[in-house]
Amino acid sequence: MPNFIMSYLGSTVTPGEAGNQFWALIYVLIIFAGVSVAVICMNWIERKALAHFQVRLGPMRVGPHGLLQPIADALKLMLKEDIIPSEADQFVFWVAPLIGLLAAFTVYTVIPFGPSQAVSDMNIGILFMLGVSSLGVLGIVVAGWASNSHYPLIGALRSSAQMVSYEVAMGLAVVSAILMTSLNASGTGTLSMIGIVQAQQQQGVWFIFKFFPLGLIAFVIFAIAMVAETNRAPFDMAEAESELTAGYHTEYSGLRWSLFMLAEYAAMIAVSSIAVTLWLGGWMRPFPNLLNAPAWDFIFSLFPGLTFLGLAAIAFVGTARMPADSFFKIQRIGLAVFAALLGFIALLLLAIAVAGRFADASVGARFRDGIDYIYWFVLKVAVFMYLFIWYRATWPRYRFDQLMKIGWKVMLPISLGVLVVTAIVGVIVS
Amino acid sequence: MNPVMNSALNSGMAPVATPFFFYMLAGLAVIGGVLVITRRNAVHSALALIVTLLAVAGLYLMLYAPFVAGVQIIVYAGGIMVLFLFVIMLVNIERSSKERRFNRMWPVGLAAACALLALFVSAFAKGKALFPDRMMTLPESSNTQQIATMLYGEAGRMGQYTFAFEIASLLLLVAILGAVIMTKKKI
Repeated sequence: MPNFIMSYLGSTVTPGEAGNQFWALIYVLIIFAGVSVAVICMNWIERKALAHFQVRLGPMRVGPHGLLQPIADALKLMLKEDIIPSEADQFVFWVAPLIGLLAAFTVYTVIPFGPSQAVSDMNIGILFMLGVSSLGVLGIVVAGWASNSHYPLIGALRSSAQMVSYEVAMGLAVVSAILMTSLNASGTGTLSMIGIVQAQQQQGVWFIFKFFPLGLIAFVIFAIAMVAETNRAPFDMAEAESELTAGYHTEYSGLRWSLFMLAEYAAMIAVSSIAVTLWLGGWMRPFPNLLNAPAWDFIFSLFPGLTFLGLAAIAFVGTARMPADSFFKIQRIGLAVFAALLGFIALLLLAIAVAGRFADASVGARFRDGIDYIYWFVLKVAVFMYLFIWYRATWPRYRFDQLMKIGWKVMLPISLGVLVVTAIVGVIVS
Repeated sequence: MNPVMNSALNSGMAPVATPFFFYMLAGLAVIGGVLVITRRNAVHSALALIVTLLAVAGLYLMLYAPFVAGVQIIVYAGGIMVLFLFVIMLVNIERSSKERRFNRMWPVGLAAACALLALFVSAFAKGKALFPDRMMTLPESSNTQQIATMLYGEAGRMGQYTFAFEIASLLLLVAILGAVIMTKKKI
């Protein structure tokens, strides 16, 4: 049995490529659980970070530093009454959150967490991602209409107009990155997500630095468009609470409302993954070609363990700094247990890194590499997730006409220009 | 490569339950198509149309044409249908649902549908020479590249369909400009 499991852990192809449905199902379940946990963490971090940006404390009551707040929220939402307005279109009202959720989660089948750490490597990977994530807007539009109420309808109309506009600039930015994958000996590019990262590895440069500043401009355009695509501040026109109560999900409550939140955050992670894959080298650690000695491999493979060690240290400091009052006794114990858990994970990861150093080219080494790939990918995505919070805390909401003006009159011409110039430079160079 | 993976590679590459998926997708497409014309509510019709379009995208995938399937999802299901819904939501549904659905043109429509059906049946009946006698085994991995070669040609040479493709894009450009000029009084 352990051999059986290890042969999966150390495999060199994706389940889709191997045609193994059972293994693919396991991957899907892991990704679903991982994304759900990430959404919960993101919920806590967002509330906490926003609070600190605004010189508040944020959630402090449920668990130490509000660590259990997302769980309490989830329980509350599940227990809340699920109201369907009597004038609403019952079936469409019911199905709308599911459309958004399905679109957000289907995208994860092609996200490459590593060269073999993806459910499947499609030949049309990036096309599939853009297509399916563009289906997410259907959920929002249909939800706004089915509520049979004014604010949701306005929110849905704004959202669809916004998404259709920004998809154009986004698509052109993506095309200029795909164009860069074809700058190799054979002159053939690729749409496969894994192929795009491998092209960056072969060319020895992340596409954000390729043809400086062309790659950077395309990346910035995508980074702006993806905020608009996911309806996040400062482009959260669809749910502008000062104007539209809560936009398209005003009439939703309870579990159905939380499905919208889940879909929104899952879509945020998905678009961040596209940005990381296309421009930031996907699963690659910094300088994979320059510093490619086994010793460097070992040093970089210590990072996951050290990260968790750092988190454990922060949790321990938090435990030590807790007030000595007996009121906080249970919270202190809980936080100490949490810190010990993080420390244990850190030790486990460090042990795997050290073991992988002395078991070259075997299953163990590949397992260690797998953890490395996932770590660097998740780290890069996490930076984007933090940026989403930072944007929200920093910038005021745009007006709708300003949003359209930026989308059509600034972003679209720039991305078109970058595409043309990239093509010209590419022909000259090759 | 280890033994478990090898066996998985050998046994798993054959398509899974192909007839089942074909009949499921075809059934979904037909049911969606019927719902599009029978639903009174325009938004319900649009949703049924999305189901049909997605099912057709699945059929393209089964024909080893992933690029066409991807474009079908992006352009039709993702782009055009969102615009459809956008427009439909601005229409007064309560009034339009009370209107008669079939106007006096329905005999013409029926005749056209029958003619199309007859064409399909005749093509199916004597089309042995038109279609390959067995399923083609196309390399899925190079499908996109082959489409690109057909449309744009190899390096330095014009492709088979380059001219038709460019003409079609010009036609679309003219249509876009026409729409803008007709809607805007002052440009």
